[in-house]
Amino acid sequence: MKKKLSLMFVTLGALALLAGCEPLTVFNPKGPNAETLSNTIILSIITMAFILLVVYVLLAFMLTKYRASKASADYEPPHEEGSHLLEITWTVIPIIIVAFLAVVTVRTTSTVEAQPAGYDDKEPLVIYASSSNWKWHFSYPEEGVETVNYVNIPVDRPIEFKLYSFGPITSFWIPQLAGQKYAMSDMLTTIHLAADEVGSFMGRNSNFNGRGFAEMEFEAQSMTQKDFDEWVADVKAKEAPLTEEKFDELLKAEHVGRQSFSSTHLEFRPAPMEHGKNMDMGGMDHGDMSEEDMNNEHSGH
Amino acid sequence: MKIDSSLPLEYSTEENRLKIFGFWIFLGAEIVLFATLFTVYFTLHTRTGSGPDGAEIFELTPVLWETFLLLTSSFTIGLGVHAMRIGRKKAMMTFFIITLLLGLGFLAIEIDEFVTYVHEGATIQTSAFLSSLMTLLGTHGAHVTFGFFWGLGIIIQVAKRGLNPQTANKAFIFSLYWHFLDVVWIFIFSFVYLKGLIS
Amino acid sequence: MSMEELFHPMQEPMILAAAISIVVGAVVIVAGLTFFKKWGYFYKNWLSTVDHKKIGIMYIAVALLMLFRGGIDALLMRAQTAVPDNGLLDAQHYNEIFTTHGLLMILFMAMPFVIGLMNIVIPLQIGARDVAFPRLNAVSFWLFAAGAGLLNLSFIIGGSPDAGWTAYFPLASTEFSPTVGNNYYSLALQLSGIGTLMTGVNFITTIIKMRAPGMKLMKMPMFTWSILITNVIIVFAFPVLTVALALMMFDRQFGTKFFAMQDGGMDMLWANLFWVWGHPEVYIVILPAFGIFSEIIATFARKNLYGYKSMVMSMVVISLLSFLVWAHHFYTMGHGVMVNSVFSITTMAIAVPTGVKIFNWLLTMRNGKIQFTTPMLYALGFIPIFTIGGVTGVMLAMASADYQYHNTMFLVAHFHYVLIPGTVFGVLAGYHYWWPKMFGFRLNEKLGKTAFWFIAISFNVTFFPLFILGLDGYARRMYTYSESTGYGPLNMLSFVGALGLAVGFALIVYNIYYSWKHMPRNEKADVWDGRTLEWATHSPVPEYNFAVVPTVTRLDEFWFAKKEGRDITAGTIEKIHMPNNTGTPFWMSGFFFLAAFFAVFNLWIPAIISMLGVFGFMIHRSFEKDHGRYISVEEVMATEKSLRGDK
Repeated sequence: MKKKLSLMFVTLGALALLAGCEPLTVFNPKGPNAETLSNTIILSIITMAFILLVVYVLLAFMLTKYRASKASADYEPPHEEGSHLLEITWTVIPIIIVAFLAVVTVRTTSTVEAQPAGYDDKEPLVIYASSSNWKWHFSYPEEGVETVNYVNIPVDRPIEFKLYSFGPITSFWIPQLAGQKYAMSDMLTTIHLAADEVGSFMGRNSNFNGRGFAEMEFEAQSMTQKDFDEWVADVKAKEAPLTEEKFDELLKAEHVGRQSFSSTHLEFRPAPMEHGKNMDMGGMDHGDMSEEDMNNEHSGH
Repeated sequence: MKIDSSLPLEYSTEENRLKIFGFWIFLGAEIVLFATLFTVYFTLHTRTGSGPDGAEIFELTPVLWETFLLLTSSFTIGLGVHAMRIGRKKAMMTFFIITLLLGLGFLAIEIDEFVTYVHEGATIQTSAFLSSLMTLLGTHGAHVTFGFFWGLGIIIQVAKRGLNPQTANKAFIFSLYWHFLDVVWIFIFSFVYLKGLIS
Repeated sequence: MSMEELFHPMQEPMILAAAISIVVGAVVIVAGLTFFKKWGYFYKNWLSTVDHKKIGIMYIAVALLMLFRGGIDALLMRAQTAVPDNGLLDAQHYNEIFTTHGLLMILFMAMPFVIGLMNIVIPLQIGARDVAFPRLNAVSFWLFAAGAGLLNLSFIIGGSPDAGWTAYFPLASTEFSPTVGNNYYSLALQLSGIGTLMTGVNFITTIIKMRAPGMKLMKMPMFTWSILITNVIIVFAFPVLTVALALMMFDRQFGTKFFAMQDGGMDMLWANLFWVWGHPEVYIVILPAFGIFSEIIATFARKNLYGYKSMVMSMVVISLLSFLVWAHHFYTMGHGVMVNSVFSITTMAIAVPTGVKIFNWLLTMRNGKIQFTTPMLYALGFIPIFTIGGVTGVMLAMASADYQYHNTMFLVAHFHYVLIPGTVFGVLAGYHYWWPKMFGFRLNEKLGKTAFWFIAISFNVTFFPLFILGLDGYARRMYTYSESTGYGPLNMLSFVGALGLAVGFALIVYNIYYSWKHMPRNEKADVWDGRTLEWATHSPVPEYNFAVVPTVTRLDEFWFAKKEGRDITAGTIEKIHMPNNTGTPFWMSGFFFLAAFFAVFNLWIPAIISMLGVFGFMIHRSFEKDHGRYISVEEVMATEKSLRGDK
């Protein structure tokens, strides 16, 4: 059976390669955040492959050596209680592996939850991304522009996405730039990312939120600072401002195409309170993860 | 059915012992149920929306009365079980009846409290705080109500059939249930009412 | 609600077909029972039974039915996504199907299958005559059946739940899920959940209080240990579900604000409550499978279980950890680094005791004499496949990396790699292993093995591609995708695998028919040369289980007794006390079903009237005098004689 299994993995691996010459999206990062995650995942796959190998070799050994058909008819298996030495070994080694991965996890989690390394000197560009029905709104408070279902960002500059939702929980995800995070109605969450190169990336909501979920995609385009500035100037010059009535209409719509406005909805419909920052500062007492604490802080604003 | 007369009547058969043990396990599940409701309450108790908070609606006097009635009823049912152990059927029934009457008094005050809240515009739909408060209190109150009818059934059975391993077992298990509701109420009194009134 | 709305699901041709098949099936069963004048038999022997073995068989029968209901959902999902931009199902229908697939498979297939096996086996394995509370056991089953019936009814009347089996708020609120689907969700799960909770109380009491003389805790078979721990988890986890479902119902039907978007409600609270129950739930369906594998590997390696104490310890540790990991289901909710790190570590820690178990199973086989029977094949297939599920679980436990796996097909592949080789292989192994004990004949080995290979290979063909798709950015629960994504070929491969799985499961059912027709009857009691007490009594098992309750001095007493030529069932036969059958649990659950059904549609007056019916049965039960009955010594001796085959 082991042979058949390994044969299958080889076939499937080959198929995966045939499916596209491009590496898989998650392993094709275009920014520091996604790159950290890609490296973490590859490291964990290698570690896990080692464990799989140990188990498969042991299993194959037992199944070939100790089958009844190989034993003599009068062979009577011995009674074995167990072995402290062996049992301690296979407790301690996994603990070491888990400890190693735990260190990796804590480090990489703090890395991707902060402004990308190497961009410390640059002021982040803040973009509010909010979801309603099956579309995304992107507000640029500094630039005073807003878009629907597409987002442009400058390369080589840290970006902070502030996420929230006008309805069900959604999850904001541009896999080639950063891991995902939820957008919720009563709490603001943050994604830090940066794009290393100019390009167009698939972005989507990955958290099921009803009928139009499958189509809830957007394009994230990274461009040079110059192109970005030009685009902002262009939107400011050519597009109408976003009025409250227009925005309410937009919220109600199920799907819409791309749209641009020369003002944001944040002025008349401010985003919910920030939560993440508070949590990091008061992080110590979250060890027991009491919802009560989370809530107290929240209402304390 | 083997009856072991060295044990109290309620423990005297194998079936009785199983039932008492099983009921303790069930009470374990009940503890988790109320613990969850408390967690929900503590998560939401500051989230009053546009409605009132605890300090605005809680009144100490009726709550003290409720506490007094329920604590006393826990004492009287203890006396009832004691009377049952020494085989005094009449005394036992009297104490059980007093217990249920005290429970009824508790329920009357609690219902009056709910009616007052609703008159003040604080309904279960007003805010997350009130939803969680009324669900917690309501679940406890529903348990007391259920307990009232259960206890009634047991008193009738004791009256008709006397004290035997079956009725004693039922009465004893019922007393465990009633004590449990009292303990839950102490938590409600301390952590919902007193804490709410102080802050 | 207008009639048109009420029956709107029927406008979908496939649902109409499903509805018609359910109605036709019901008519055939009713007509069959009437024609063969079997109503009395059916009522007397099954609907009103309190015998743990029969209740167990009914659990498994319903579980198999639900396996096919959930399996059809799965096939439809895989068919819909087999090619890009497919129009086989629309989004709404697809959403209902993946929601009910999850609910049916976890709560109405895996759970009852596990509970069915524990019903049949546990009293036998501990040398008891029945469970502690036989009537309560019947109530558990009929409440579960009522819940299963209610959820399936949603497909015909009113619409099924469509917000995912996790039913996250605000999506599951009336604002975003206006149909009655999620009312069915809260009420159907509530009914069966209460049943499960009662099972937990019942089996803890049974295992703690009713073991054969001499069977100390550390002399219990591993399956009994796993079931004890499972039921402890049930008792601590299910009340959380009870509360969560009640709050869901209140929010949807009484306008409370627990999870609302305004007036202070908190959508995140639902996710927390759901997973505080939901994660332990995974262990509720996995630990019994671990117990089953332990029995089967020891039996067919013809060796005692390696590292018994560490096997017990590891299950205890897993059960404790299972309550401390729930937030790993939503690392992406923005808890901050600290919280995510803590939950990452607790989650990864589960790998340690699980690894201990895997190595103990492997070492059990060392110096053994391995026989490749059908149950053993499932146990052996479990190890390599489940390990993939386990290691990908560790990968998912890493919070940072999870930001890329969350909500993707990678996650879907992972939990199928855990639940299918774990739970499904486990219950199928147990089903083949204990079948002769239930019915007195074996299932055909050749068909059984063919089915195993179909299932094991097709499983990997179905789910391995999903790992790759997930890493390519394919989010779960999408009813379709465009061709440009390049997801097409692997999805097609997965669909082919799903067809293979269907063949495998069809073979399992065909095997029932085939074996019933062709396999020799009057199997001996100890078909597999087993180690534990259930093999000491006859197959099929007489009503009273053991004519003489065996005395135990050590683990695997039966095995050593066989070696030493002792008969542990020898002794003087005495009259045996047994509980009477009763129809009350069946009818009471019927009223529960009605109450819940009316409540789904906010028809409160009929719902209350039905609840009064329920209370009526409770009062009736309380006042009833029923001390059970005795089976006389002569009767026991006659039964024993005929079961031994000396006519």
